[in-house]
Amino acid sequence: MRWGVLQFPGSCDERDALHACGLLGEARLVWHEERDLDGIDAVVVPGGFSYGDYLRAGAIARFSPAMEAVAEFVGGGGPVLGICNGFQVLCEAGLLPGALLLNEDLRFHCRQLDLIPAADWADGPIRQGDLDVSARRRALSIPAKHGEGRYYAPEEVLDALEAKGQVAYRYAPGQNPNGSARDIAGVRNEAGNVVGLMPHPEHAVDPLTGSTDGLEVFEAVAEVRA
Amino acid sequence: MAAARARVLIRPKEGILDPQGKAVERALPALGFEGVEHVRVGRMVELEAEDPERLGELCEKLLANPLIEDYEIERLDGGG
Repeated sequence: MRWGVLQFPGSCDERDALHACGLLGEARLVWHEERDLDGIDAVVVPGGFSYGDYLRAGAIARFSPAMEAVAEFVGGGGPVLGICNGFQVLCEAGLLPGALLLNEDLRFHCRQLDLIPAADWADGPIRQGDLDVSARRRALSIPAKHGEGRYYAPEEVLDALEAKGQVAYRYAPGQNPNGSARDIAGVRNEAGNVVGLMPHPEHAVDPLTGSTDGLEVFEAVAEVRA
Repeated sequence: MAAARARVLIRPKEGILDPQGKAVERALPALGFEGVEHVRVGRMVELEAEDPERLGELCEKLLANPLIEDYEIERLDGGG
């Protein structure tokens, strides 16, 4: 498995993403001016503040040559994982539904939280506020750190996402840090090869930092290719 | 041909929670400004465009995110 990790001016989590991908295969950085994704099996759009978050988070990055290549890659069924700012970029690019707005309380939140893989797996979808999650599925302990992570989509779009199993991750009950609609932390596209989430699985891949649960998020992306 | 001058006003769509507007609204009474409500905070972009016909497209694609924001284009040079 060969991973490509995009790097924009203002990215800041690409090194950790590269490290995480390196644990599962080969990995290299892809500079934002590159168009060539040849030989890459999966792409990570990492966190940070691409192009200084000017205008809106992710708004400028979507026009970069590398993102044009990613759009083609997605069209060909290639798996893409967007983390935090990368999630914002994928939404702005129209590769994922919805948008990320300022946190409800206007604060930048940085904390370890529990993330529930939320849909489409063997035991069915986890609904918002489902308190029985521990019995049904283990939560992933993963840090989140963002000021603009409030997931928004119109109600009818949210209903469609739930119905089609496109809600990929939810904050565990009571842990929604930003006011996201229906506790949504991450979504996937209809084809299932693009997934984005606000929390940072790349910071949870080494026992040194307290959790290795983040690897499961990368592994789920790798499975799309398999 | 001289470039057209325009101002684009961008605001959160009706019904979308605007925490910046709320924060401003909450701060006002402390400064003695009572009775101010429905505060919404947006952005303003001023620009000069050679082809003003394309301003709408430019707003849709970059200046605003039509899913969450409304925009309005104001011509500053009398053009329409």
